[in-house]
Amino acid sequence: MVRYFKKIMHFLLLFSRQGRLRLQKWFTPTPEREKKKIIRDMTAMVLARKPKTCNFLHWMDLKVVYKRYASLFFCLAIDDQENELLALEILHRYVELLDKYFGNVCELDIIFNFEKAYFILDEFLIGGEVQETSKQTVARCIEASDMLQEVKHTHTLAHMLIL
Amino acid sequence: MSDVVERTLTALPSLLSSDPSPGRPSSTSKLGTLIRGITELTSKHDEEKLIQRELVSIKEQVSSPNTTMRQMKELMVRAVYCEMLGYEASFSYIHAIKLAQQGTALDKRVGYLAVSLFLNESHELLLLLVNTVLKDLQSTNLIEVCMALTVVGQVFPKDMIPAILPMVEEKLNHPKEIIRRKAVLALYKFYLIAPNQVQHIHSKFRKALCDKDPGVMSASLHIYLEMVTEKPESYKDLVVSFVTILKQVVGGKLPIDFNYHSVPAPWLQIQLLRILSLLGKNDRSTSEMMYEVLDESLRRAEMNHNITYAILFECVKTIYTIHPKAELLEKAAKCIGNFVLSPKINLKYLGLKALTYVVQQDANLALQHQMTIIECLDHADLIIKRETLELLFRITNGQNVKVIVEKLLEFLRHSKDDYVTIDLGGKVTELAEKYAPDNSWFIRTMNTVFLLVGDQMQPDIPNSFLRLLSEGFESAEEDQQLRLLAVDSYVSLLQEQPARLPQRFLQVISWVLGEYSSVKEGLEPATVLRLLAPLLDLRHCSSETKSWVLAAMTKLSAGPACLSVAQELAERHGGSLDTTLRQRLHELQHLASDGELLRRVLPCSDGLEPLEVDSTLSFLDGFVSEALAAGAAPYKPPHQRQEELAQEKALSVEPYGLSLPLSLSSSSIAGRLSPTVLSMSSGLSGNSTELSPKGGSALRLEGVTRVWGKEGYLAKAALKPEEAAKTEVPCPLSVLQEGGSAPRTPVVSLPAPAPGPSLQAEREKQQLASCLFMGLGSQGAAGPCLMGKAEPTRHGFRKKVKGQGSSSGARGPSGDSASSSPSPLSAQSAMDNLLCSSPLDSGSTPSPADSAPSPADSAPSPADSATSPADPAPHLPHDLPANNRPCDAQEDLTEDTDTSETVVEGNSVAVVDPYDPEPLCLSPHLPEELCGLPRSEIRPLCRDASLVLSACCVRTDHSSLLVVFVSNASDSAARRFALQMTSGDLEVSRVRGGPEEEEEHVEGHSVAVYQYSLVPTRPSVHMELAGRASYQRPDGEPQSTPFSYGLSLPDFIRPLSVSTEEYGRLWLASSNDIKQNLALLSQEPDPLRATLHRLRDRLQLNVVDIIASEGIVACQLLQGPPCLMHCRLNAGCLAVWLRSSLPELPDCLLYHCQRALAQH
Repeated sequence: MVRYFKKIMHFLLLFSRQGRLRLQKWFTPTPEREKKKIIRDMTAMVLARKPKTCNFLHWMDLKVVYKRYASLFFCLAIDDQENELLALEILHRYVELLDKYFGNVCELDIIFNFEKAYFILDEFLIGGEVQETSKQTVARCIEASDMLQEVKHTHTLAHMLIL
Repeated sequence: MSDVVERTLTALPSLLSSDPSPGRPSSTSKLGTLIRGITELTSKHDEEKLIQRELVSIKEQVSSPNTTMRQMKELMVRAVYCEMLGYEASFSYIHAIKLAQQGTALDKRVGYLAVSLFLNESHELLLLLVNTVLKDLQSTNLIEVCMALTVVGQVFPKDMIPAILPMVEEKLNHPKEIIRRKAVLALYKFYLIAPNQVQHIHSKFRKALCDKDPGVMSASLHIYLEMVTEKPESYKDLVVSFVTILKQVVGGKLPIDFNYHSVPAPWLQIQLLRILSLLGKNDRSTSEMMYEVLDESLRRAEMNHNITYAILFECVKTIYTIHPKAELLEKAAKCIGNFVLSPKINLKYLGLKALTYVVQQDANLALQHQMTIIECLDHADLIIKRETLELLFRITNGQNVKVIVEKLLEFLRHSKDDYVTIDLGGKVTELAEKYAPDNSWFIRTMNTVFLLVGDQMQPDIPNSFLRLLSEGFESAEEDQQLRLLAVDSYVSLLQEQPARLPQRFLQVISWVLGEYSSVKEGLEPATVLRLLAPLLDLRHCSSETKSWVLAAMTKLSAGPACLSVAQELAERHGGSLDTTLRQRLHELQHLASDGELLRRVLPCSDGLEPLEVDSTLSFLDGFVSEALAAGAAPYKPPHQRQEELAQEKALSVEPYGLSLPLSLSSSSIAGRLSPTVLSMSSGLSGNSTELSPKGGSALRLEGVTRVWGKEGYLAKAALKPEEAAKTEVPCPLSVLQEGGSAPRTPVVSLPAPAPGPSLQAEREKQQLASCLFMGLGSQGAAGPCLMGKAEPTRHGFRKKVKGQGSSSGARGPSGDSASSSPSPLSAQSAMDNLLCSSPLDSGSTPSPADSAPSPADSAPSPADSATSPADPAPHLPHDLPANNRPCDAQEDLTEDTDTSETVVEGNSVAVVDPYDPEPLCLSPHLPEELCGLPRSEIRPLCRDASLVLSACCVRTDHSSLLVVFVSNASDSAARRFALQMTSGDLEVSRVRGGPEEEEEHVEGHSVAVYQYSLVPTRPSVHMELAGRASYQRPDGEPQSTPFSYGLSLPDFIRPLSVSTEEYGRLWLASSNDIKQNLALLSQEPDPLRATLHRLRDRLQLNVVDIIASEGIVACQLLQGPPCLMHCRLNAGCLAVWLRSSLPELPDCLLYHCQRALAQH
């Protein structure tokens, strides 16, 4: 039985215009050395793109879909057979989620609170698939977990929120 | 500009030290200090020093016993940050696990996050997480359960799945939808990494599909997409449900929460469209069920937003994948047109991609857009260019091959990306082999490929090229000409500049010259030797290449002139340190001096007699037994050695102190532990003659399938039915064309050509277009040919389609100047709102053309108007798709439309199968000699107005027979009846019922019986047989009906009777093995015996022996190798170990064993 490992997404990288990595998420097991190489390649390739070119790139047998939001580049690698436009919207939805959480999100929010950005990502995507597309639901989930911080003794409020 | 940067830089520290904005989490923490510290540094070296200091301090603190969990959380965040910057912090991994285990819910969250970022699936530390996950899954705190499920969905050790599986399953019934959803996704993950483990819960997936929460339902679609991809025929009964769900989604019945930019649940829509396309592929009746909803989707997706285009793209793909419907195809084609003509570059790209996808079915679509394609070919964006080439590659035929290959080579010349180079090199080779118009072009093209792609080339390219030269094709004269051309061009290449030729090319050249330089008259062997000799001096020439060169020289070395060259070489290289080289030189010298010996060692034979290779190395047996007698240890194959090693130091991974259900803990221990080493194996002496498992060793020529035959590529035959099906696809355009009778020449239409100089450019483009699109849309008729020599019937070079991207070793460009230079944050840009799109962002640049209706809509292009009248309802053949689905009734889903939040509800309703076979009384027609034999049920294959075809599979001892019943219910005879069958997995041959060539008649109201013998060519779980019944109706009209028949492995399994000793020998001789735990029929008094007998009865296995808690079972693939199974009772389940000399066999058999034991 031949089983091929299909994943919609392979990795997600966020980096600045200077090529500084701000966030990395690997949906497929990747050795450290390859990760470094990919990060290097991605930043170089994406930053070298000229304006008025399309938002897609080929990298090995993968498609890389990237988009710039202010000073940050969001860059998502998907299967060759996948729908590139949809991937662009996945990036956009993630930005929207960040925006909802931080309120007018900017690069600094992500730099200093990157763990929060990861939490949001984990509620939105899981294992390289879209988990939840409703903005409200994701927001509720994160809030409920954050709530634990403030109301330490009782989980009831959080429970109500998670609903 | 520079002063702006400077001002920003000076402002930065103050900006960073104060809170970026009130109310936001503070950046004054230690992490904040670290980040700020890094931004202030200017050199990479300083950064490294700082981080190393930081890591040392983190390390100190995490290992201190006084660190609280809260501090630990903070430390973990910092460790994650350091890792992100590329510095290893592996010391913190174990502490991340500890944090997840011991912290409060909030600390735990960071612990889990760190674990999921630090460790990947195969990391051994993950085993330590299992206990924590188990504990959290049982927690009463929902958030902890959520966290556990989230981490399980990301990283979890495959071997430990059984430990938590029951608990995750249980969560499918949880009252909170978020828990159910996460549980479904965790199961999806399990399905991906260990499908066998979740086989028993397929019915629960159905329940998830019917969940009242759309989130849970859409999560379950991930699993369905995967399962349907694998085995579409098992899920046909769900089509109605999928269609209903899609209808509701498209109709906006989901809660508004799921909308994305006012488009209802786009992700869900796309997932459903993909599932539908898989289900409707090659299945007309299923496709018919979805036409309406597809039409609806196309219609609804009209908003001008990326997401609607994404849906449209998927819709178009689906429409072109399923059984075609003219009306939909027309709409889809128009949709593709909108994409291609769009001014937005992303859409254009997708349009090209869609064209590439559909162009094999509808080449005319490429014709319609030829001018756009030509423009894209010169596009400034390389990505667009590359995609265009991909499209051209798909539309290549015998007439346009020259132009297209030229375009590909041009791109290749400028390509800097190794991966692209290799990929395109493979494509050019494929096209050249398939469509080469003449020999000299072929040789020239291949020379260019060898030169451009160089040594990164996929190794099969030179191999198949040499094979092509040596085996030749159709006529001997052509073959000689090809070889002569090759020799000619190589001689001149060597005369020019041999130093710049890549190694692989040098090897090819050497071989060809060695074999065929005699073809060229007047070319003295000594001359060739002198040409080859300098290659040995080249510094970059590898020793492998030198061997090729010397081998070629040896073949040619006859006569005194050669001897002198040989001696010269021997003098020059005799002192080489390379022993292989010295050895070969010595041989060369020796053979050159002894012509008699040369002829004996290297006989000149024209025919290619396959060499006999003793792959079992039996000639070494004597040596082995001597060594054994002298006390040498018997040989053990690597996997056995590993096995023993693993057993010695196996850890007990059983969780203790947990309130687990008993059954689960036992299965978790059993995991994939091996059965004990067979008792008899130790008694036997080692067997060194065993073949290396799956070895790609050069010596194994014996069971290698022949890929090339006299008629070219052999596997081609297996592809035929599919091709036939494709050409039958009724397409409105081709119907029109046939009606129009005139062979369609590529018409180029331009909207009012601009006068002046641009006219010239346009004309050039037109010319290019007519070259590129030549031969499209007029497959049958010979179109005008630019090359003057049209040979539509010529199929000299045939080549399999290569799996793209299979090559390894490709490297991308590695410019890293931008990433390595640390530069401070630009405060201004960092503060920019991410959602305010920057003007640089190409995707969202407002373009005036966007709002206007796209040109394809308003201005009717000639191609468009050509399509519109084309709907005289193409006459579809009366084909009924084969329907021999699995007989086990599956619960059906019915729709529920009255509540808005419920999408579907699972009411099981017995639904009458629309294709339920009529009561067939065919068994009396079964040939007498087959009557008593075991056989499958007689199932209908296909039917049309007059004929009904049914079939069953009969198992005799030495063969499997497919018996086809053709019953003619009409009054008139079906004349010239013929059956054709092919299969990729099976060899089909007619057994009896008259000579094969003769066409037969099936009289009215009678039943004709045909028998076919089936032999599997390679084992697979399910095998598909495609066939076509053709005959003439009484009115003389030919009629043809396709059908398919599914068989499974047990149809070809026969018991193998062997003694226990023979079994032991066979066991050692088989190398491919697999181990698994199977369910035991534990309610029986003697579970082992009962289980083995169940397997014997269901799968025709022979139970050789049962001793205490172990049993051995043997079977054989029909006309194939044996497969052995060793079973042992182990902690309530049956640990089985399967072995066979055929790699796929154990895997497939195991699947059926599982099935057999699962059914009751």
